[in-house]
Amino acid sequence: MKRDRILLAHGGGGSLTRELIETVMLPRLENSLLKPLDDSAVLVMGNSGYAFTTDSYVVTPYIFPGGDIGKLAVCGTINDLAVMGAQPYWLSLSLILEEGLPLADLQTIIDSVHAAAAEVGAQVVTGDTKVVERGKCEGLYINTTGIGKITVPYWLGSANVKPGDAVMINGPIGEHGVAVMSRREGVAFQTSVTSDCAPLWPLVKTILDTGARIRAMRDPTRGGVAGAVCDIARASNVGIRLFEEAIPIGGEVRGACDLLGLDPLTIANEGKVLVFCGAKDAESVLAAMKSHPAGRQARIIGEVSARPEGMALLRTAIGGERIIDMPTGEDLPRIC
Amino acid sequence: MCLAVPARIVELHDATATISVDGILRDVDVSLIEEPRLGDYVLVHAGFAIHRWDQSEVEELQAIRGATDLRETIT
Amino acid sequence: MKTLVTNIEQQARQLGRDLRFMEVCGTHTMAAFRSGLRQLLPDSVRLISGPGCPVCVTDPSYLDAAIELCGRPGVIVATFGDLVRVPGTDSSLERERASGASVRIVYSASDALVLARECPSKHVVFLGIGFETTAPTVAWAIWRAARDGLRNFTVLSAHKTMPRAMDMLARDPGMRVDGFICPGHVSVITGVQIYRFICERYAIPCVVSGFEAWDILKSIGMLLGQIVEGRAEVENEYSRSVGEYGNRAALELMNEVFEPRDDVWRGLGTIPGSGLGIRDKYARFDAAKVLDVKFTEAHVNPLCRCGSVLRGISTPLDCRLFAHPCSPTHPIGPCMVSSEGACAAYYKYERVVA
Repeated sequence: MKRDRILLAHGGGGSLTRELIETVMLPRLENSLLKPLDDSAVLVMGNSGYAFTTDSYVVTPYIFPGGDIGKLAVCGTINDLAVMGAQPYWLSLSLILEEGLPLADLQTIIDSVHAAAAEVGAQVVTGDTKVVERGKCEGLYINTTGIGKITVPYWLGSANVKPGDAVMINGPIGEHGVAVMSRREGVAFQTSVTSDCAPLWPLVKTILDTGARIRAMRDPTRGGVAGAVCDIARASNVGIRLFEEAIPIGGEVRGACDLLGLDPLTIANEGKVLVFCGAKDAESVLAAMKSHPAGRQARIIGEVSARPEGMALLRTAIGGERIIDMPTGEDLPRIC
Repeated sequence: MCLAVPARIVELHDATATISVDGILRDVDVSLIEEPRLGDYVLVHAGFAIHRWDQSEVEELQAIRGATDLRETIT
Repeated sequence: MKTLVTNIEQQARQLGRDLRFMEVCGTHTMAAFRSGLRQLLPDSVRLISGPGCPVCVTDPSYLDAAIELCGRPGVIVATFGDLVRVPGTDSSLERERASGASVRIVYSASDALVLARECPSKHVVFLGIGFETTAPTVAWAIWRAARDGLRNFTVLSAHKTMPRAMDMLARDPGMRVDGFICPGHVSVITGVQIYRFICERYAIPCVVSGFEAWDILKSIGMLLGQIVEGRAEVENEYSRSVGEYGNRAALELMNEVFEPRDDVWRGLGTIPGSGLGIRDKYARFDAAKVLDVKFTEAHVNPLCRCGSVLRGISTPLDCRLFAHPCSPTHPIGPCMVSSEGACAAYYKYERVVA
């Protein structure tokens, strides 16, 4: 079958997205700074390291339980910087507005942008506004870029993880994805789950301040925890084993996944961070996370080994084992 | 071929009911089961309730799930 | 849980030979893989997946017909998410949607009905796939459409029923099956009595199983128990949901709207009386008739082994195309793209660990 058009799944953050990047973007844009494909690019100028990232936000609906596209955009960018060990400083805000967008909604969203940035002391220092005809976008789309200063004297990155490392997460998974999904047409269900959208820099700073050598951090957004650990296992060429019983997940998230036939490990998070560190540092890092409001429910959820190289596995609740596969990209409600 | 999930009826309408799966609420059709009542546990497939459980059957399901320690639920 | 596994190990040792149990239902296949229970079974007990994956056994000509329909002006094709990524001869519903065709994913047949009501100027065709668990829900939609006099709603039926297919598998001398793990949710609708003939005709034990890992392990133990004791009966492990006669209301509705007909199962060929066609009484809701749908012979990649995988003769690993290049992102056959397909299960969960 010919693959000559972009499919929705190409934007899912899963294997199709990766394929698109590897076959279309990388060959044409090839350079050593892009190649690692981490959450941010790491730039060195003089004696300082900076992290630089960009993201676009097309979430529908643009106001959802727990936040809106403005908060999402700023947090997403702050978090992409934070996971590289960078303190966020400067953001750009580029808006594509649909003709007919209520002004009141735009004001709410910009207020959210400001609040989220202010929470970590970052500022929006440049921006752009475009308007497209009614129907050409869904309310509004946002693109942000961010620049942060790397605050640790070592590199974090998905290629750094080593056998023996511990894997941790700061709280229950799947909340953002389920909250947004519940408002989508066609899959409507009611839930009290709200998006976990939050800026992670303050938590990350607490982690970095322990002095522990952190190998890598990743915010598991589109593609969920599954996508994140698959990426890192591949980049570091290690085996990552997660323990099903250790992974925190709320009852309603699990219920939504049961109802729709989805795997919670593939659902997006916007306020969670996966932390990889040496085994000897695990306890102190965990304690630091738990001492912070954004990390009260932090857990050690897995470990890294040499094999199977490049793969992520799940030790299931009944003691069996199975592969955690890279999600393909679109979460479709199923009957089977 | 048959994803079906246990749910509890929390509201009854005419031919439909609002069911709760661990707190997630959705409307499903109850035409295929007999005499649904508030609080009943039902099996839901493709937007329809296909079976109504009595108390002992619900307890059996809960016992099985407990036995496999499948739920590390944080509410 | 441990006792269940020990029980299985003990009985398997006692029998001292290789045993093959077929999980007929794709959801069982997936549950077995996802829970990791396959690792807990002794080497002599093998689980083989059967044709109980409605997407996998849907003939490619049906997909091609659906793709043709979604290209017609004024037609909206409403479908369960399961079918969207399945490849037909040249394309898939996903790809057609990307090119602008009207394809809407629904969670329920009743959603498709709502869609028809909301878009009176369009014709909504619902792709009816699924076994006896799903067929009554689609029957309901047709019955309701008839009652309400809806004129812009039809169903393209590819519904199939289990017993004739199981009969064919049990009869096949090339396919050694020592026991059937019978579908759980199909049985909620049909009751367990539909499997009796397999035990009586072929002396193969049957256990109707639930979907928790616990259920499946218990069922395997029960099958072994029957073999040890030289019995061949239908036992009901899933008694909390399944009764002797099933859901009468659902069966009546199914029989009111549908009637048995011969049907083509991908990889298995034509199985008489194994499909569900819409009765003449409801012909105005039959998309095949109303929209004059033509089913043409679809091209299948000759190297694709979905057919023999569905019959339990090959495993996905035996297929030359497995992983190279057939994978969930680049599926060649439906067993890889269906969320319950054996190939997808092997690829996603056991590529390395097996």
